[in-house]
Amino acid sequence: MNNNLQKQLLKRSKAAKLERLGKTVSFLALMLITLTVFAIIIFVASKGLSTFFTNHVNLMDFLTGKNWNPSVTNSKGQPEVGALPMISGSFVVTILSALLATPFAIGTAIFMNEISPHRGAKLLQPVIELLVGIPSVVYGFIGLTVVVPAVRSVFGGSGFGILAGTFVLFVMILPTVTSMSVDALRSVPRYYREAALALGATQWQTIYKVVLRAATPGMLTAIVFGMARAFGEALAVQMVIGNAALMPTSLVSPASTLTSVLTTGIGNTVMGSLQNNALWSLALVLLVMSLIFNLVIRMIGRKGAMSK
Amino acid sequence: MLINPSSPHSDDGWLARNIVDPSLKDSAPIVLETKQLHVYYGDNEAIHEGDLKFPEHRISALIGPSGSGKSTYLRSLNRMNDGVARVTGEILYRGVDVNRPEIDVYEMRRRIGMVFQRPNPFSKSIYDNITFALKRRGVTDKQTLDEAVETSLKQAALWDEVKDQLKKSALALSGGQQQRLCIARALAVKPDILLLDEPASALDPVSTSKLEETLLQLKNDYTIIIVTHNMQQAARISDYTAFFNMGRVLEYDETSQIFTSPQVQLTNNYVAGDFG
Repeated sequence: MNNNLQKQLLKRSKAAKLERLGKTVSFLALMLITLTVFAIIIFVASKGLSTFFTNHVNLMDFLTGKNWNPSVTNSKGQPEVGALPMISGSFVVTILSALLATPFAIGTAIFMNEISPHRGAKLLQPVIELLVGIPSVVYGFIGLTVVVPAVRSVFGGSGFGILAGTFVLFVMILPTVTSMSVDALRSVPRYYREAALALGATQWQTIYKVVLRAATPGMLTAIVFGMARAFGEALAVQMVIGNAALMPTSLVSPASTLTSVLTTGIGNTVMGSLQNNALWSLALVLLVMSLIFNLVIRMIGRKGAMSK
Repeated sequence: MLINPSSPHSDDGWLARNIVDPSLKDSAPIVLETKQLHVYYGDNEAIHEGDLKFPEHRISALIGPSGSGKSTYLRSLNRMNDGVARVTGEILYRGVDVNRPEIDVYEMRRRIGMVFQRPNPFSKSIYDNITFALKRRGVTDKQTLDEAVETSLKQAALWDEVKDQLKKSALALSGGQQQRLCIARALAVKPDILLLDEPASALDPVSTSKLEETLLQLKNDYTIIIVTHNMQQAARISDYTAFFNMGRVLEYDETSQIFTSPQVQLTNNYVAGDFG
């Protein structure tokens, strides 16, 4: 009898086997994704760093040089791979589009969540989801046919440049920033609002002094997410920014970003050449920046969690 | 003594409803009165006809089982149900019907303050919590604000515990202290009536008894209406008690009457602990 029980308990049941299989499969999926991410980082880093180790370009010259012409050598016998025009171009369009999008996003979020939750959910939610789903080439095409001529006729110049890029990116990041801002407002507990209203505060005072304050970490996360998206956007920006690797001196003169130079240049260079390696270095800068954006988001999240 | 003398008697001689008008027993003027108050959540009627009168500088307790509508009724009194539920009928505050759309609810809520079930201080300092409503009303003079903080904290019996740490975050206080801070915060705008929605349900017995002492002190200056599902609490601190059941007020009388000789059988069953 006892022997029989022992036998039953020691034998692996079908359910136990299935459980083990499930654990193994999900662990393998996790491993695959982790490996892929690390492989990409290592690949980009090794390619991007070879500019400095194989072609002996000075890192400071790369980061602060203002001339980008990898096929030409300068007076010091070094190739002209100054990435500052692209780095600053990327930062300028990112910051400007975030500055432009933030008030609209917060305003929309307040309307959707605080002022008219029913209409907001019915009308604006689908619109925002639709905006997220539009492919970036469509945004770029509209930018090219509508925004660039409009900028040209209002501000002069060719129309191509940072301003056109900013407008296109503004529309592209708006839905991201808005929907994340709505989430941030939604996570503010109802009793915060009740506390303020019961004290005789008006709805606007409640929103401004209590709800927005409590939602600040979430709002900041939303803005940084939008910035990360703007920083990494390639196609739409490339179509409207003019793609001249020059230091941006005005908002309406042609400029370039890290991504626009990468997309225009990567097909025209030979693997392993300096020209190709220099582009990989730009990609490495992009990758490092997106890691920094992620770090910032995590830091804000942690700070928000502490203050709650 | 009965508002509705034609109340039908049930078979065994108990009244179906017994709503007493406090002004017949008490010299205190009536500060708040509801007439034909109905509350609807969508098509669902949560309060059927709540007709009560609350006398000045008294504590009135609203008791009843969960879902009986006592909190819904309380939240209607200072229009916290706006946008949540539809409230019909009259809410007479010192003779003025405040359940009209043209009433400035913000000014009305300053006079009829509310403290909630769960302590809900803002994640700001103790000082900023209390001055919040005053600052929103344009008070900027530091001395006035300082005085308001001290007075209201003293009234809420919290001053001695926090006077040296007014800049500390309110969230660092204990639950009982937080709830008394919320009372102080409500008192800072000098309300006339204080509505409390189960203020002690999240507190331990020691904090609860401190809170009750505070309320008994406050009775001298404020009219207090408190929802509680703790019958002993109602018996300890209130002057009048209303018994709610299934969206109806079944009995309203002096607290001693409700607990010693209720006129309605359901009230008797409830205070005897037979259900709830």
